[in-house]
Amino acid sequence: MFTIAHLTFHEARRKRVLLAAVVLGAIFLSIFSAGIYFINDAVAREGVRPPSAVRDQSTRMVYNFLAMAGLYAVNFLLVMMATLLPVDTLSGEISSGAIQSLIVKPVRRSQIVLGKWLGFAFILLIYATCMIGGVAVIVAFVGNYTLPNIHIALPIMLLETLLLLTLSIAGGTRFTTLTNGVFVFGMFGLAFIGGWVEQVGGLLGNQAAQNIGIITSLIMPSESLWRLAAYYMQPDGLGVLSLTPFSSSVAPSPSMLIWAAGYTIAILLLAIRHFSQRDL
Amino acid sequence: MFVIETSHLQKQFGNKLAVADLTLNVREGEVFGFLGPNGAGKSTSIKMLLGLVTPTAGSSLVLGAPPGNVQARAKIGFLPEHFRFHDWLTGREFLHFHGRLYGMSGAALKQRIEVLLERVALVEAGDRKLQQYSKGMLQRIGLAMALLNHPKIVFLDEPTSGLDPLGRLLVRDIIADVRNEGTTVFLNSHLLSEIEVTCNRVVFLKQGNVVREIDLTANNVYVNELEIKLGQVDDAILRGLAEFGHQVQAQGNRIRMNIRDEATLPQLARWLVGQGCEIYHLAAHHPSLEQLFVETMNTKEG
Ligand SMILES: Nc1ncnc2c1ncn2[C@@H]1O[C@H](COP(=O)(O)OP(=O)(O)OP(=O)(O)O)[C@@H](O)[C@H]1O
Ligand SMILES: [Mg+2]
Repeated sequence: MFTIAHLTFHEARRKRVLLAAVVLGAIFLSIFSAGIYFINDAVAREGVRPPSAVRDQSTRMVYNFLAMAGLYAVNFLLVMMATLLPVDTLSGEISSGAIQSLIVKPVRRSQIVLGKWLGFAFILLIYATCMIGGVAVIVAFVGNYTLPNIHIALPIMLLETLLLLTLSIAGGTRFTTLTNGVFVFGMFGLAFIGGWVEQVGGLLGNQAAQNIGIITSLIMPSESLWRLAAYYMQPDGLGVLSLTPFSSSVAPSPSMLIWAAGYTIAILLLAIRHFSQRDL
Repeated sequence: MFVIETSHLQKQFGNKLAVADLTLNVREGEVFGFLGPNGAGKSTSIKMLLGLVTPTAGSSLVLGAPPGNVQARAKIGFLPEHFRFHDWLTGREFLHFHGRLYGMSGAALKQRIEVLLERVALVEAGDRKLQQYSKGMLQRIGLAMALLNHPKIVFLDEPTSGLDPLGRLLVRDIIADVRNEGTTVFLNSHLLSEIEVTCNRVVFLKQGNVVREIDLTANNVYVNELEIKLGQVDDAILRGLAEFGHQVQAQGNRIRMNIRDEATLPQLARWLVGQGCEIYHLAAHHPSLEQLFVETMNTKEG
């Protein structure tokens, strides 16, 4: 199993996928920190006029908004990575027949699935931690602002990344690479729309719309994990009235975490079961 | 002792019957040839024996265990038909990775890799990526991979397709070597002349059914056509020859006839000499496997 995980890691490295992701991430973080730096400058110059209490409050709002925008972009980046990195790993090897020479080795099929999962999970968790942590650290040092509850939000976002990874691996045991990509992004899109319907429904007090959102988040909990993470990182002053992609009018229930974790494990088990039974 | 035993194996893909009824036994240490036209179900049969494909009916034992048994797999080698590997690895890394999957490691694995690279004549190419390998090189590195664990049985699905004559000779030698080491070889190939020299026993598969089995080590099935040239031929000689075989035909002083058993050959020669015949030519012809193949596939409607 660890042999396979190791191979998976090296595959990502050899194929330069890892390099591309790291370079992209580094560029993103540099631009982000440059942005914060210049805005910081502007705020500092302007900040002489209003009384300091108000100033503090609004400055904090600005930094929170910036940090959340950064994390929102990181969230998308992670969704992409978690979906695309493993999208081909099983389906591609099944269709090329490369998997055959692995399956006949004295390893269980479940070990092959788990090994690949572990390899990608290792890459993605490190990557996600660096990106999310990077945003938080930049805001803290350059902007001198600490994101509230980042220690709670980070693991939630990591769970979201693992969930998409698992779905992508699971899809690969059944679908061709292209279908799998469409499937996982489709699921993500569904959750995304559902999340918005729920938000708008919450603002307007429409129960039916909220229910649709709840159902989609049960089918695919990725978006509600992001909402939950965003909710924790909201500054106190931000009221129920504001509606941005980075905030929540309806607080997702923390029991969503349990659902999402169980969902991920169930999907992984289903993937192992299907892969163990299918012809190759 | 049988290392592979199958009983009425069947595989149906949707409504396509790939293997209808496969019952066969493979003895320990033999080179077993598995022949049949395209689409006969050879690869599917191998995949069932390896646990890659689940049969829709029937049962089988490989090394005494049901296919897919993890312990048994440690003693099995396999070269797939469509050998596609992780081609971003170099030859050595590829063998190392597969060796690890067999649970091998350290110096023993390193040494085994070098021995095999040497054997398949890829020592120099060992540090090049598989992407840069030619088809024949891939086939050879695949063969090395299949032999990494000193298997008790090795399944080779068309190991010589895409190889040049030298490569084929190399594979033939390797097969002979591993047989001498006691490995059972399950060989699937279309190159009948090759099967003829390497195999002990062959089975013909047609539309998923076993239609013929030939033991290539026994002489009796094998010899049947005799060509004789004598100084002089008369009716008495012809009548006498008919005692040894059948379908005696004379053309001038040349005679063609069929015999059943190679053992009759010396008797026949002694008799001719006793009759005072001058023998210019006496030769027994083996029908080639190719002839048998064509004959089997054409006559018996399956
Ligand atoms: N996964 C599959 N789905 C549907 N049909 C299949 C599948 N695999 C094989 N078949 C069918 O089963 C039959 C036997 O295929 P198989 O690959 O075993 O033949 P083969 O004897 O190895 O042929 P070849 O000499 O061309 O390699 C073929 O008719 C093929 O179309
Ligand atoms: Mg075949």
